[in-house]
Amino acid sequence: MERKGFKKGIVDGLPICFGYLSVAFAFGIFALSSGLNSLEALLISMTNVTSAGQLAAVPIMVGGGTLFELAAAQFIINLRYSLMSVSLSQKFDSSFKLPQKILCAFVVTDEVFAVASSQKGEISKHYMYGLILTPYLGWSAGTILGAVAGNLLPKIVITSLGIAIYAMFIAIVVPPARENRHTLICVVLAIALSCAFHFIPLLSKIPSGFVVIICAVLASTVAALLFPISNEEEGTQQ
Amino acid sequence: MTFSAFLPYLITMALVTYLVRLVPLLAVKKKIENKFVLSFLHYMPFAVLSVMTVPAVFYSTGSLLSAVVGVTVALILAFFKRSLLLVAASASAAVLICELILQIV
Repeated sequence: MERKGFKKGIVDGLPICFGYLSVAFAFGIFALSSGLNSLEALLISMTNVTSAGQLAAVPIMVGGGTLFELAAAQFIINLRYSLMSVSLSQKFDSSFKLPQKILCAFVVTDEVFAVASSQKGEISKHYMYGLILTPYLGWSAGTILGAVAGNLLPKIVITSLGIAIYAMFIAIVVPPARENRHTLICVVLAIALSCAFHFIPLLSKIPSGFVVIICAVLASTVAALLFPISNEEEGTQQ
Repeated sequence: MTFSAFLPYLITMALVTYLVRLVPLLAVKKKIENKFVLSFLHYMPFAVLSVMTVPAVFYSTGSLLSAVVGVTVALILAFFKRSLLLVAASASAAVLICELILQIV
């Protein structure tokens, strides 16, 4: 049972790992071209594991920004992880004690969260260990590869890998949205809000970390008010 | 930048990012019973992923055209419930082919 859970976690985590390789690769290139060295880029990736946060942090560091600015930016951009942690707290089974939570909290990312929450029923610590292992390695390895050998791969290949993570998101969202009209409406609403924040001049000035929070909270609130989940759906959620 | 100048940045950043993740995980101990909160948490992942994907996905490749091709491939495969890896790999391959054709044309 333990090995089965861990193995399933590894299998489910592999697509995330591949996705992270390319994103972290791009981060490695970005960090070096901004003036950090490869050790610094690697340390940032290994201690943070957050794409948007890391991308925002490098200019602040290189530009000599204050620690407060850096902390505030990270807080805002990464605040969505709080929502995900609350959600995951409902998803973890009783095998999660304090040490397991302290460990797993480190790799609560958009993709890990998405895959974990798409599982039916509760998840075990073994599953979670498997799920976070390869993405973490992929994130670290991708950064160092990007930092060291970024100029070797043809640019067109790197460009094409840029869509991998989003394609994964699509693969996660579409099947449940196809089965459940309420989920579909929530998705459409979220997309409409997101586009509004992107294309309407005044709203587009809001930092992307904020936009994710505002749109996701709005869309989920509306969906939760209009279509409260039944006990059956609750069963698959928890 | 010297390493001693870099270190405070690194520690600050890592600490904030980690606490944002850890605190809610430790603070919420019981199973939530409130129907609204449960419903909210049920819809939230789909909303987050949708917001992060659109419109960003259309700027994730070399051109809007290749992105549209990639998204179309991903949507079709996802509709038929293919695995995450297959969907991601196929979309990337479609983008690569499209970008190669664009270069030649």
